[in-house]
Amino acid sequence: MAEFRFALRQTVPVLCGYLFLGLAFGLLLQQAGYAWPWALLISGIVYAGSMQFVLVGMLGGGFASLLSVALTTLSVNSRHLFYGLSFLDTFKQMGRAEPYMIFSLTDETYSLLCGVEIPKTLKANRVRLWMSALDHGYWIIGSVAGAALGSVLPFDLTGIDFAMTALFVVIFLDQWRAAKSHLPAGIGLVFALIWLVILGPDRFLLPALVCTVLALTACRGKLEPSAMAAGAEPSAETDAAGQEEVR
Amino acid sequence: MRELFSEQVLSNLAIVLVASLCTILVRFLPFVVFGRKGTPGRGVLYLGRVLPPAVMAILVVYCLKSTSFAAVSGFVPQLTAVAVVVLLHLWRRNTLLSIAGGTVLYMILLRVL
Repeated sequence: MAEFRFALRQTVPVLCGYLFLGLAFGLLLQQAGYAWPWALLISGIVYAGSMQFVLVGMLGGGFASLLSVALTTLSVNSRHLFYGLSFLDTFKQMGRAEPYMIFSLTDETYSLLCGVEIPKTLKANRVRLWMSALDHGYWIIGSVAGAALGSVLPFDLTGIDFAMTALFVVIFLDQWRAAKSHLPAGIGLVFALIWLVILGPDRFLLPALVCTVLALTACRGKLEPSAMAAGAEPSAETDAAGQEEVR
Repeated sequence: MRELFSEQVLSNLAIVLVASLCTILVRFLPFVVFGRKGTPGRGVLYLGRVLPPAVMAILVVYCLKSTSFAAVSGFVPQLTAVAVVVLLHLWRRNTLLSIAGGTVLYMILLRVL
């Protein structure tokens, strides 16, 4: 129980964020014509904040859109490929909880788990599991509440979906601040605008993502040195911290 | 009730399932590939660092894709709100404040303009 209380305190910032964004997602889903069971299903098994907002627009696309959904999901979530690198050892020694810890490693849970300092008196693995599960719970509660309340709320919520735009702008700013080179952001921006003009608003996302990955790969020689320095550090620190707690 | 399992519902279930499986695939891949003692390749670390800001830039454009300069109401609300999100975030660096402030302003501008 001490582990639960500690995890609860640690996850308060995510509680605020996930309830608000989950609510916005649920409302958006409800406005698009999908009731709360869809919110429960999507937040339960997809559980990827930004991708879920994109997904709302893709619902109704029919079986023909599955490939596009798959490629978009892989691209939008591709950053998650690299979160796991920080927790290879930490999660491995969590036994049966490992698959769930990997499944539920969102941006926010990742940053919480990276930053948390667990007191020696507590079971570290149990704290981590609680933190991940609580975050997941906040997200589900927020989105189901949004979808359910959206149908009874008496006021007009048109425009609430701007929360997604704002979220992306905020994450973009945070990454802009952290980046040594602004070339990757520039490449993404330029290809997005070029394909938007050529193909229009409904079909530009995929070619923009593909061209960006190709261009970034081509620019590797120019951008590589800083990438190595920044990529290795957090992983080594977290692994060391994780192993300490087991012994 | 007869619409419960219409083709529309089934295709939407398939869409959600595909999104779920692809998300799971992305999150599990490093654990499958690198295991306990493995070390990620240089190319993986490189893409891990440069892809996120590029993807976020694309997503911001994706969100603003319906912007139209034909009428004032087609571009002023979203562009003003984006500017306010940027300013709020540079000023206070409070994610929730930036998101809430921009969203409320956007909803007001939509109704006023």
